[in-house]
Amino acid sequence: MIYAKDINEHTPWQDLTPGGEIYEPGTARNFDTGAWRSNTPVFHAQACKHCMLCVPFCPDSAIPVQDGKRLDFDYMHCKGCGICENVCPFPAITMVTGGVAR
Amino acid sequence: MSSRLSGNEAVAYAMKQINPDVMGAFPITPSTEIPEYFAQYAANGEVDTEFVTVESEHSSMSVCIAAQAAGARSVCATSSCGLALMYELLYVAASCRLPIALACVNRALSGPININNDHSDSMGARDSGWIQIYAENNQEAYDNFLMAMPIGEHLSVRLPVMTCMDGFITSHAVENIELLETEAVRRFIGEYNPENYLLKKENPLAVGPYDVSPYYMEHKVLEAEAMKAAKTRILEVAADFEKISGRRYGLFEEYRMEDAELALVLIGSSAGTAKAAVDKLREAGVKAGLVKIRVFRPFPGEELARALAGTRAVAVMDKSEGFSASGGPLFAETRSALYDLQERPYMINIVYGLGGRDVKTEDIEKVFARLAAIAATGEVGPLYTHMGQRSREEIA
Repeated sequence: MIYAKDINEHTPWQDLTPGGEIYEPGTARNFDTGAWRSNTPVFHAQACKHCMLCVPFCPDSAIPVQDGKRLDFDYMHCKGCGICENVCPFPAITMVTGGVAR
Repeated sequence: MSSRLSGNEAVAYAMKQINPDVMGAFPITPSTEIPEYFAQYAANGEVDTEFVTVESEHSSMSVCIAAQAAGARSVCATSSCGLALMYELLYVAASCRLPIALACVNRALSGPININNDHSDSMGARDSGWIQIYAENNQEAYDNFLMAMPIGEHLSVRLPVMTCMDGFITSHAVENIELLETEAVRRFIGEYNPENYLLKKENPLAVGPYDVSPYYMEHKVLEAEAMKAAKTRILEVAADFEKISGRRYGLFEEYRMEDAELALVLIGSSAGTAKAAVDKLREAGVKAGLVKIRVFRPFPGEELARALAGTRAVAVMDKSEGFSASGGPLFAETRSALYDLQERPYMINIVYGLGGRDVKTEDIEKVFARLAAIAATGEVGPLYTHMGQRSREEIA
């Protein structure tokens, strides 16, 4: 069995799975898909009331939650769509231009 | 056991003996009878198959893809525009490496709309990644469909298989046929036991995920290698099949080719007509022969080059236009296959039989007469012509 963690963009064709089948769940965690981002949300923790509106709105599950509080963005998976900024009732999220939070 | 069946009934009967898990069913002339017969088997409880009636061929192939990915052996039948409507899914089935078996009853592709036989439907799908096996008659249609399972499902292959027969000529004509006992069929095809499938709960599986550029090409190379491997597998399965049936199959059939100087290459039911013409010419002392292509994908290029190496002039007969303006698809493949020979025969292309236009033994004899003239004079003349159409000009 070939596992997703064992393949990457340098793997020869002989070591890939037929049809690109993936034999395990949750493999999106292993892959950096945030590199496409051209705008980036910035999290201001002091202004956040942890109302959790942003979390279900995020199309990419890029807002981790722990013990009832949201954490900073998972930039490995955030595509920079800006929906979170739009739905945030507080000044806790601002979008900046470019792929890096500054 | 001996019986008398039409080509469609023979394939439906093969499906009944296979007892597949799922059939995606949508009717289209001339393949309609296949799901029709099978619906009776299902209604009578003679099969355990989930018979899924859908609203289009796009859906019937989608059903097969989903079912096969889930771990079920799936079959389907279609023709012409139905195959065209499946086009997108044909590529999905092949690239997901799902060994679905599809009976394609060859019919002209619209337009102009026509329900009769030629090979324009399956030739259009020749690059989709499906194995393509063509039948000359009902017996071969039946045998090929049985062989589709152990060919496509083998781990070295894992590709879908399209078995083709000529619409009406083969699909609707009733012929004598030798059927295998169902028990023998079941032993021959075995159980379908894929290593990974969607319903395997211990092992969640994703099928057909988005393939970014850094992976797509590698997956296509894997698919291409599987098609290469299919050639060996097709011959292994043919050898096993001979043991239970006594009927021998190769990648193509060579008819009176041992010392042939003039040869035809063609596909399907016209081979019967061509064999009659070859026999007649042989009686007259003409060294005529025929190569009937059985397996078009993978294309048996090297083997075909060896078979034709000793000939002096060859006519490749395409039952499909292709509109390349330089010959039909079988001609392109055959001529390419012979390029590496030290000494090549002269070669012409004749497109014939489109939309059910009949071909007779006299027509085949005319082709051999042209080949004889080419071999004698070295003058090839027009490379790519049509045969059987009304014309103001005299044509061979």
